[in-house]
Amino acid sequence: MIKPKSNREIFLNGIFGENTIFRMAISLCPAIAVTNALKNGVALGVSVVFVQTMVNLTVSAIRKFIHPKIRIPIFMLIIAGYVTIIDMVMATYARAVYKEIGLYIQIIVAFASIFARAEVFASKNRVVPAFMDGLGMGIGFLFAMIVISFFRELLGKGELWGFSIAGGKPLLIMILPAGGFLTVGILMAFFNWIDIRFFGGKGASGAA
Amino acid sequence: MEIEFGKLLELIIAASLINNFVFTRFLGLCIFFGVSRKMETAVGMSITFTTVMVVSAALSWVVYKKIMIPLDITFLKIIIFIGIVAAFVQSADTIMKKVSPALYYKLGVYLALITTNCIILAVPLINAGEGYNLFESIAFGLGSGLGFALALVIMASIREKLELADVPLPFRGLPIAFITAGLIALAFTGFSGLITL
Repeated sequence: MIKPKSNREIFLNGIFGENTIFRMAISLCPAIAVTNALKNGVALGVSVVFVQTMVNLTVSAIRKFIHPKIRIPIFMLIIAGYVTIIDMVMATYARAVYKEIGLYIQIIVAFASIFARAEVFASKNRVVPAFMDGLGMGIGFLFAMIVISFFRELLGKGELWGFSIAGGKPLLIMILPAGGFLTVGILMAFFNWIDIRFFGGKGASGAA
Repeated sequence: MEIEFGKLLELIIAASLINNFVFTRFLGLCIFFGVSRKMETAVGMSITFTTVMVVSAALSWVVYKKIMIPLDITFLKIIIFIGIVAAFVQSADTIMKKVSPALYYKLGVYLALITTNCIILAVPLINAGEGYNLFESIAFGLGSGLGFALALVIMASIREKLELADVPLPFRGLPIAFITAGLIALAFTGFSGLITL
């Protein structure tokens, strides 16, 4: 049996080792869609932290009762339940942000990362490690969202969190769809470069 | 219910080119980057995907209009739509395993992950939000599926060539794929304003 990891390691793994966006390259859809402004990125990131943590907790708690054959629909239902909660909370308390990213909040249901952690980790582990894993993964995602949206809003609109910084629009392309792809591509390459340069990694990131 | 073919055609074109899910709404990227490395898998995925999309658009429309609105449970739409899609994908998975094992072993992983593809959920949600009728929903599903297929095939053909290119080490694999996608997305902005709905 493999030596079980400490909770701390599990937590950090989600943020660095297996960062959803930059290392695993899953759940990219919203990473590009909502990151044209820092506020939107943070809103989605926080929602994901909540959903991922709660899903991991729930799946882990009831893992002995789930028949393997029907696990996919069951996981989906659990995820959808929590997403509905966050969807309604957002719609009530964060009206302005919800108008822009509402569709993407609902689509958290279909996040590969949340599903994958439920399948790979939570369904095989006890409640506390599963909780730490969910929290780490969620915060890793939030971190990625902040980095991407920081660059895109700053370069695209010359603003941060809605406040004007640069006094102009330096690079309009950054808030266009194309800019999102370019930003993520360059950031990914940057993280790969760090990995190769300082940690002796192979460079090829992600499952794909 | 009368059918307006002009509007349906517009919907298909709008969903596939102008509001292409991959390049302007950024949905379905996981699968987009996952299976676009080889033309063969890209084509297989496109066919499966478009089929699933059309069927689930129709199914969820029926459930939404005939069950959820009368019972006033539209707030459950996320759960119900994902349930419908998951159930349908699971059955498609089983059928494909029996009918075409070769294709199944190629696309098996991604077929299971189709449930976690954002587009598949976005289409019923947008259909419900826009109040499309049955034929419009199907047209929208078809257009979205075709748009995704188009994106996948373009991307696959470029990436097959990229395999041979001399890419700097940190950019190998996904990063360069992203930058390619960014350039295609830039090209797709040219379609905006093609028709106005």
